[in-house]
Amino acid sequence: MQELMKKRAIELLADGTCDRVLGWEKGDFAYDQTPALFHTAEELRASFVYNGFSAANLSKYLVKECRAGGKIAVFLKPCDTYSFNQLLAEHRIKREMIYVIGVACDGKADVEKLKDAGIDGITDIREEGECYVVSTIYGDKTVKKAEALAERCLNCKSRKHMAYDELIGESGEVVPNSGRFDMVEQLEAMTPDERYEFWRGELSRCIRCNACRNVCPACTCEQCIFDNPKSGVAQKAAVNSFEENMFHIIRAFHVAGRCTDCGECSRVCPEHIPLHLLNRKFIKDVNSFYGEYQAGEDPAARPPLGRYEKNDIEPGEAGGNRA
Amino acid sequence: MKRLSFARLNEFFAAIAASNALYLPVDNSKGKAEYKKWQEGTEMSRQLNTLRSAKDFFFPQTENLMEFKMDGKSVEVIDTRREAEDFVIFGVRACDAASFKILDSVYLVDPVDSYYKTRREHGVVVTLACARPAETCFCKVFGIDAADPAGDVTAWETDEGLMLRANTEKGEKLLSLTAALLEEGDERAVEAAQEKTREIIEKLPLSSLSTEGLGAGKTAELFDRPEWKALSEACLGCGTCTFVCPTCQCYDVRDFDTGNGIKRFRCWDSCMYSDFTLMAHGNSRNSQVERFRQRFMHKLVYYPDRSGGTFGCVGCGRCLSRCPISMNIVKVMKTLGGKNK
Repeated sequence: MQELMKKRAIELLADGTCDRVLGWEKGDFAYDQTPALFHTAEELRASFVYNGFSAANLSKYLVKECRAGGKIAVFLKPCDTYSFNQLLAEHRIKREMIYVIGVACDGKADVEKLKDAGIDGITDIREEGECYVVSTIYGDKTVKKAEALAERCLNCKSRKHMAYDELIGESGEVVPNSGRFDMVEQLEAMTPDERYEFWRGELSRCIRCNACRNVCPACTCEQCIFDNPKSGVAQKAAVNSFEENMFHIIRAFHVAGRCTDCGECSRVCPEHIPLHLLNRKFIKDVNSFYGEYQAGEDPAARPPLGRYEKNDIEPGEAGGNRA
Repeated sequence: MKRLSFARLNEFFAAIAASNALYLPVDNSKGKAEYKKWQEGTEMSRQLNTLRSAKDFFFPQTENLMEFKMDGKSVEVIDTRREAEDFVIFGVRACDAASFKILDSVYLVDPVDSYYKTRREHGVVVTLACARPAETCFCKVFGIDAADPAGDVTAWETDEGLMLRANTEKGEKLLSLTAALLEEGDERAVEAAQEKTREIIEKLPLSSLSTEGLGAGKTAELFDRPEWKALSEACLGCGTCTFVCPTCQCYDVRDFDTGNGIKRFRCWDSCMYSDFTLMAHGNSRNSQVERFRQRFMHKLVYYPDRSGGTFGCVGCGRCLSRCPISMNIVKVMKTLGGKNK
């Protein structure tokens, strides 16, 4: 797969389809890949990588790249194509400047899962069938791929590419019962006090690094209100107060109806706060109030929160279990 | 050298906690180690290191500095500081212990930061030598010995139990609180444990990282290097690396208007943030490449310039593990350093 992608990228550079390729660059230990632009065949040959640890969603980088001009080829996994479409719908990127190569994905691994299983001193990871063979300074270990699967991939919503100019590998299908709302349902079943405790416990670990916001393809404001000293709410202090926790709730509100559930927020959180659950609650509510809607499925669709219908649900009808 | 049987570890902690607030690494709900206050039943984490660094004890992420009360045209300045508690941090690794020296060099020189100084005076640091370093560790590169960490007391987990050596007067005093539990220990058990650790360190993939071409006096050579652009290309401009870093020391001072007064506080700031150098005239670093360069130049050149060559990184590896896009100081050193090509 990686070699096919590399070969194709070199061809696209050579035939002028693009002048740069957005992909993943290999790091020091097989799992620490960095999103990178490749301008030449030499660069691609030297450090392009695609494997079970190529997790980053590259679509948001296109906002910056479209401003830089030229023509960009980008590798997108199925879930990344939803973000891509959403960015198109919001006029943040220009379709004609981008050549999308859809790449098959059977779920990405999370190295934290290997580390949590006690595997340390990792120097290399090889894929062998259904397993990862992990070389460490303390000896080799073999782990089933399924055991290393990232949290968000456990509830993969779709293996189908929503946009592409060409495909490498197969595009799959939308997953009918992904189970991605199971945890939301568990939270809904809690009493308000229990739910409050759950979120206070999770959000109290927030260090306000803003990684969740900065990685989010739905967060593309020129300047975030929380960074604008003139807004009156700019805030860098991380204090364990309810007000501080509101940052995440406000952010979830802001991306409601636009979040495609790509899961990058939870992937990048250094404190492993399950931020995607806030977004999934909104997705679930939008589905039940306005009918099934998946952001990023169709860039031409009018979003439920961006249109008005006479029979729209009234605030009082939305329910919610009050104590 | 003192020896404590592992079976008596809990009594040891209890003896310390009787007269000090004792903090040690504990696994949180996500299985990550964080410093928690010890109480009966607290179990120490077995992880190599805490997710956040130990600098939080001396330089907390957010702290109130003072308050102002306005009454007509008069302003009353209120010192909100309270008597600091005596506390002990147990299980600090060599990298974090080395970071305290770097923080001291910033906060304990004129003008001395009295908030920081008070906490340093009240805190006792018990370090724990590493037995199983990770692939992300590179403290050796900066001359730090994970098998012989600094601190007021150094501890080693050996075949014969926990070995303890007091390094300072504070450390002697701490061990005297637990004297009833301690026996004389054999240096050789420590040496054996150290030898094992050092053998592992030699095998670590980043132990051979070179600092050649980096360090004091290299500003002119490195500042305009074209590689900064590609290195910073994918940077999200978040503060993760800064906030998990044991040596990052920058803060912002802000006023919070309570309606009838002002609370002045400081909080960690990140040079990766867009408003980091925002002043009345505007911002001197308007692009992410400039902000990115600042962070690494500070660790690898500017700080060494002012500290007689000591680097501003201790090789703890937290930024390697936590950066959302896996860009980090090691990749910067490999790209810009002389011998790493």
